[in-house]
Amino acid sequence: MTSHLRIQCSRKNLQEVRDFVRAFLLAGRRSEVLVNQIVLAVDEVVANFIIHGNGENAEQFLDLVLALTEQRLDVEIEDHGHTIFAPSVVAPDPDMREYIRQGRKGGMGMALVSRIMDQVEFFERNAHTVCHLSKALG
Amino acid sequence: MKVTTHAAADTLTLVLDGELDASSAVVLDAELNKPELLNYHKVLIDCQRLSYISSAGLGVFISHLQRLQDSDVKLVFFNMQEKVFNVFEILGLDSLMHIVPTEQEAQAA
Repeated sequence: MTSHLRIQCSRKNLQEVRDFVRAFLLAGRRSEVLVNQIVLAVDEVVANFIIHGNGENAEQFLDLVLALTEQRLDVEIEDHGHTIFAPSVVAPDPDMREYIRQGRKGGMGMALVSRIMDQVEFFERNAHTVCHLSKALG
Repeated sequence: MKVTTHAAADTLTLVLDGELDASSAVVLDAELNKPELLNYHKVLIDCQRLSYISSAGLGVFISHLQRLQDSDVKLVFFNMQEKVFNVFEILGLDSLMHIVPTEQEAQAA
């Protein structure tokens, strides 16, 4: 089973992305917590592409493909912008006490993605950045 | 994302309704940034209708927590859905923030 969505690079489209992932996963009787985790991981990567990769330029767009095969979910997010964008995917271990002390707002998104998904990789294809996420659902 | 506030004595309650993400976090940030917040002893966050939180939403709370603590204002969350609580757990924030099951416990905190 596969499903595809194209969105413009505006953070207003994050809701559409989450609704798309939720609808795809909730068709399979999965727990709300698990579905929410995966929705969160995709939302975080897409938000990074929109805000940091494309500077919220709504003329740019992203393609999302969800594929489910034998209890494994694969997600591919392709950025069509001209800048190669690859945030660190080495699971950072943020010191949350220090974040609170400093009043930091950001820097947690990729930590969440790394902790939720089994595999997280960014690579270049046809001069565009692609993010591949996967997770066993069995 | 809709934020409504109720003040009673020394407590301000913020009722969150909807999804808190990189688009809507600015609404909550504006509420928590109001100087009058520091006039209360407690700020309670009613999460019953908060159906989603991303790192941007967590970041709003993290960015204000120290300022509130420095002013002796307690920040207490209650009525949090399991899937939202799980996001706090993933980063270990459930042990660093005050989260209780019910409004009664939040009032007593």
